[in-house]
Amino acid sequence: MDIVDTFFNTEVLLRTWPMLIKGLWITLQLGVLSIIAGLALGLLLALMRLYAVTPVQWLTRVYIDIFRSIPLLVLLIVVYYALPFLGLRLSPFASAMTALTMVSGAYAAEIFRAGIQAVPQGQFEASAALGMNYRRTMADVILPQAVKIVIPPLTNNSINVIKDTALASVVAMPDLLKQATQAQALAANPSPLIGAAIIYVAILRPLVAYVSRLERRFGGGSGR
Amino acid sequence: MRGFISIRDLRKYYGSFQALKGIDLDIDKGEVVCVIGPSGSGKSTLIRCINRLEDFSAGSEIRVDNIPVKAGRSLAKVRAEVGMVFQNFNLFPHLSVRENVMLAPRRVRGTSRAEAGVQADRLLARVGISEQADKHPSQLSGGQQQRVAIARALAMEPQVMLFDEPTSALDPEMVGEVLDVMRDLASTGVTMVVVTHEMGFARQVADRVIFMDGGEIIESGSPEQVLSAPQELRTQSFLSAVLNH
Repeated sequence: MDIVDTFFNTEVLLRTWPMLIKGLWITLQLGVLSIIAGLALGLLLALMRLYAVTPVQWLTRVYIDIFRSIPLLVLLIVVYYALPFLGLRLSPFASAMTALTMVSGAYAAEIFRAGIQAVPQGQFEASAALGMNYRRTMADVILPQAVKIVIPPLTNNSINVIKDTALASVVAMPDLLKQATQAQALAANPSPLIGAAIIYVAILRPLVAYVSRLERRFGGGSGR
Repeated sequence: MRGFISIRDLRKYYGSFQALKGIDLDIDKGEVVCVIGPSGSGKSTLIRCINRLEDFSAGSEIRVDNIPVKAGRSLAKVRAEVGMVFQNFNLFPHLSVRENVMLAPRRVRGTSRAEAGVQADRLLARVGISEQADKHPSQLSGGQQQRVAIARALAMEPQVMLFDEPTSALDPEMVGEVLDVMRDLASTGVTMVVVTHEMGFARQVADRVIFMDGGEIIESGSPEQVLSAPQELRTQSFLSAVLNH
């Protein structure tokens, strides 16, 4: 068997393609939901980290630091295999989404914080001098300016979340990678893995290019 | 008798450095007060305390229209009555000029969009920026931006306007257009407190000039008294340094 028959076997690829597409669908659901939840969590954490009462600020910082240090795979295994001992049994999808959200939320929090802090102090002062309250200042003045700054690093973060969904295959989530490894076993041929790799690149490469374009436009900005 | 703005024993520390050493000051309704003095004298800190952009020591007291300027609910009331113009304009860069002027009335007073728009156009006409209403601040010259900032503050219909070195960041040829707007404003009866290095403006427009140094009011009086016949040595040496170059 030559390399083409082994890794690029079109007959195997065509036969297992429906499995891969099913997996892709789950990967996208998991990725998109985790990204959205992670952004919401991250914004909340960033605001708490910056403006809450001191003990809450401190706790938020501890959370952010822990979840940026813990390997996602470890967290995923803890959520899926250890929480049931505490009486909390989550489905593979819910476990994966929880772990992804907790980690991406911690990263997003640091990105939002940096973005908010990059808005000049004078903007806060001008808003305060006009009598605007904290919520209005954030919603109308600070966040619209911070968003521009944080879009490139947040997009990077989102790319990482989608790639990290592949780890969910260890908790028996039938995501793209899991489907590919199963298809590989069924066909006794690794071509489905190559197929999965191509699909990941096809989905993420436009996002990567988009970040590069934004970074060139805004100048600077980096992700994790 | 306490003034419309009354300041009692105002003290402010930055760490162990005392920026304001117990200021007492009363300003009447409609009065135009110019505050002059060397940099680091505490003059900017003083006016930033009036709307509490700077915290000040417990025991100090500031009242505007008899409302205490302290953290809490009354502060929003005070800030809605007190407009401020900054050295660096601090316009909102993501909003158009008109939206800059409309934002606070809509969000603080609940004015309708249409009404706020009409008011903004009227104010922009008054400061001579009508043509630029749909542009963004970055497309305007410094002098134009500062006039927009004045219109933005006026949109809240404040009783008091604070100016923190409003012309210090401007190219010289744009200072006049901003001072003209301020001079117009002074004639409308708004109470004004102006930190400035423009001695000509102080002489023509101020009802009272205050000279500060080292966190204290050194001398206070009519423009003629303070600028032409200062009694204090520190005022004399400051003025001769400013005027003789």
